[in-house]
Amino acid sequence: MRTELAVVGAGPAGLAASLAAAARGVHVTLIDAAEDAGGQFYRQPAAGLGARRPRALHHQWRTWERLRDGLAASSTVRHLTGHHVWCVERNSASSGASGRSERSAAFGVHALLGRFQDEPVTVHADAVLLATGGYEKVLPFPGWTLPGVVTAGGAQAMLKGGLVVPGRTAVVAGTGPLLLPVATGLAAAGVQVAALVESADPKGLVRRLPALAAKLPEAAGYASRLLRHRVPFMAGHTVVEAHGEDRLEAVTVAALDPAGRVRPGTGRRIPCDTLAVGHGMLPHTDLAETLGCRVDGVNVQVDDEQRTDVPGVWAAGETTGIGGAALALAEGHIAGRSIAARLQGTAPDPREWAAAASSRTRLRQFFAAVDSVCAPPAHWTEQVTDDTVVCRCEEVRAGTVREAVHGLGAGDLRTVKLLTRAGMGWCQGRVCGPAVAGLAGCDLTPTRRPFARPVPLGVLARTDHPAEADHTTEEGPS
Amino acid sequence: MNPLELARAQPGPAFTVTLDGREIEALPGQTIAAALWAAGVTSWRTTRGEGRPRGVFCGIGVCFDCLVTVNDRPNQRACLLPVQPGDAIRTQEGTGHED
Amino acid sequence: MNTRLTCDVVVIGAGMTGAACALYAARAGLDVTVVDRGPVAGGTTGAGEGNLLVSDKEPGAELELALLSNRLWAELAEETGERAETGRMIEYEAKGGLVVASSEQGLAALTDLAAGQRLAGVVAEQVPADRLRDLEPHLAPGLAGGVYYPQDSQVMPALAAAHLLRVSGARLLTGRTVTEVLRTADGSVRGIRTGHGDIHAPAVVNAAGTWGGEVAALAGVSLPVLPRRGFVLVTEPLPRRVRHKVYSADYVADVASDSASLQTSPVVEGTAAGPILIGASRERVGFDRSFSLPVVRALAEGAVRLFPFLSEVRALRTYAGFRPYMPDHLPAIGPDPRVPGLFHACGHEGAGIGLATGTGHLIAQALGGKAPETDLAPFRPDRFEEEAA
Repeated sequence: MRTELAVVGAGPAGLAASLAAAARGVHVTLIDAAEDAGGQFYRQPAAGLGARRPRALHHQWRTWERLRDGLAASSTVRHLTGHHVWCVERNSASSGASGRSERSAAFGVHALLGRFQDEPVTVHADAVLLATGGYEKVLPFPGWTLPGVVTAGGAQAMLKGGLVVPGRTAVVAGTGPLLLPVATGLAAAGVQVAALVESADPKGLVRRLPALAAKLPEAAGYASRLLRHRVPFMAGHTVVEAHGEDRLEAVTVAALDPAGRVRPGTGRRIPCDTLAVGHGMLPHTDLAETLGCRVDGVNVQVDDEQRTDVPGVWAAGETTGIGGAALALAEGHIAGRSIAARLQGTAPDPREWAAAASSRTRLRQFFAAVDSVCAPPAHWTEQVTDDTVVCRCEEVRAGTVREAVHGLGAGDLRTVKLLTRAGMGWCQGRVCGPAVAGLAGCDLTPTRRPFARPVPLGVLARTDHPAEADHTTEEGPS
Repeated sequence: MNPLELARAQPGPAFTVTLDGREIEALPGQTIAAALWAAGVTSWRTTRGEGRPRGVFCGIGVCFDCLVTVNDRPNQRACLLPVQPGDAIRTQEGTGHED
Repeated sequence: MNTRLTCDVVVIGAGMTGAACALYAARAGLDVTVVDRGPVAGGTTGAGEGNLLVSDKEPGAELELALLSNRLWAELAEETGERAETGRMIEYEAKGGLVVASSEQGLAALTDLAAGQRLAGVVAEQVPADRLRDLEPHLAPGLAGGVYYPQDSQVMPALAAAHLLRVSGARLLTGRTVTEVLRTADGSVRGIRTGHGDIHAPAVVNAAGTWGGEVAALAGVSLPVLPRRGFVLVTEPLPRRVRHKVYSADYVADVASDSASLQTSPVVEGTAAGPILIGASRERVGFDRSFSLPVVRALAEGAVRLFPFLSEVRALRTYAGFRPYMPDHLPAIGPDPRVPGLFHACGHEGAGIGLATGTGHLIAQALGGKAPETDLAPFRPDRFEEEAA
């Protein structure tokens, strides 16, 4: 399979880029693991569920309709669903985006196909856009491994995609802009939301009002919905413990002081069967990292055209820094236009995307302001008891991590992993990374994960893998 | 109000799958995890170290907490795998592999 | 400037070899400081499988060192630390190795090798084709036969380095880059300079592994240590389906090869923690860390050939490391006659974890001015200079 541009991820960034590039005549292959386009933000109910009013689950529905209809109308965007990309390989023979005339494609995008993800497929492309999105960060606390404790985004994904809710009574907790739609979404779907617990200091919110003003109408909308569903909003509070034997029965919520410490004696027990919790988002950077793209902190670095420092590789959306769907759309649009020009061997004219560039600037500033307000409590690690499981996969407790740091001299994520197994399990440290970094007192640095998802050895071992078959046949649009 | 009503869903006909031999109903298009949630089941795996129960955590295929055995294939992510008529879903223990 | 000696010996490198040198030097009564520019086990130690092998070594100096090292590992494993036996803390497992041959020709070569090894003191049991599955029930059919080596063992290398360092009581200074080897007017070592200050000592041990050549250069001498890249594949956790370290007889030839180009031969082993580790590739590509899918595909292909059930098993991760390779495949161990006070303990290629205890033991003897238990002549650090001359 051969294409000019492979876009990995069919969320807002990937869709906007595909449409922008296709509008300039580029043959695009849009590759995504889900059965429908939309990504996490515009996740659609499965077709079999026959939802006649999916917009009840969504915001900014008109934007989605534009993207959806644009994709359906496009004859030059091929949308591959159910393709789980595990590696993007840079072929050494050619050098990237200007490689239209070169004999072999610059990149091989390797995916797993099929219900059990065991069939290999490779898409060969001259250029790649990484629009791999992000996932939710959750910091540990005692009891967070109990069934019934889910990520806020997970509760939302299950609701949007499967039209199911996890229980009858929920507490929504953590920090960040995702909590509001999750709380109102669950409430609208019939869940009693016993509390919305936001650790951000309400005074901090007020102080940053000028920067946040752009979103005030949206926030006001959520506020009225919270009122309508009688959801108590507790700012400056945090969940300190989840209770239950084999299932969540209640949480204890406590007040935070201005320094981000739990105020003694303020704990209050709230019975619930569901805790939807999140502390912000992290970008998916595995594919970029393996391609050799520069990752600064946790974000893939891009220039004004959304180009990474690897020729032929662009990135847009959450993978370049968490900023929400509107920012992803702007970045995707810019990337698509840049790719189209570069594939045609010309330098793009930035005036073409002036509007998108100005919303990109504005939205990045807005999210920087959000980040400065919606941070987890500064002293969250104090609530993590030594017997709290930190690495959910390998069941490594906080005490073991602390012992590796203080007793064995580990001071970074990799050494903690080597000495404790935290991060060696199925999720490869995606979930526990921020927690381990916090406990070790080091920065969260991206782990190298050449396999962005588990790959059957039989797939790796196949000597007749499609990558090689295609190299010799040299089909392609140009 | 429930989620199906909220989205005014008119699902295709429900079908039967089994969880450890017990019949449960599932709707077309749902994932294994969604079908289990709809049936009131929130955990279907125990961990290999301490035997603790787990179910959905991240809901989007990142955390691997929701691993389950489907049609004798262990360690499938319930939150990603679409449910199909006749699926034999089994709770799994330890590594999920027999030996 | 403070010229007071701060310790008796500085060990450069907080990997497995540095840890073993620190342990045995401290036990010999020396005051030891270990410095590393990175963390504990941050180099090749953290990227290896933790092999303590006698099976892959031809009779000679390296095999002798391996036998000594294996005895010392077994002794260490039985010691009891603060809370538990050292063996449990470092995941020591005397699981044995099984080398299999796929052809009659390969089996004949393997049988010859084993005969020589037996004379050197290795326990090597011939396993006919129809008994292979008694040892490894999931092995592929059609193999010609094999040899079982009960002395082959394993540790978790990063844990081993960290625990031995702790047990040694040595002062551990991580995150400090050595910028200079300090020398007196007559050329003898008097300590090291780091970004965080000087450490004075009359002896410096170069245990910098693959980067040992750089440390030697700081002392003004050449030591030809080169990186030989290897990838390891790690599977999902499994019950104990692979009981021993199992590898193809081709591996011995690959280890001894001088070729710079890619060689892969399947090495498969289960671990106490559950995942199966799959090696082994060898390439001389400098310190290039970039992922190579063709190499990893070759590893998977070889592993599935040995154990067909692995085809359905998923790989969760893969990583690369750099073996410290020397032109004659032997490490540099002992005092450097060119610089009094400088000792080398590096260049063990892929055998550094296994050979660490013997190396540390011999270095401690040399530091103490004792005659080493094993002849160090084959490991002389200046041996390449003579050849060049």
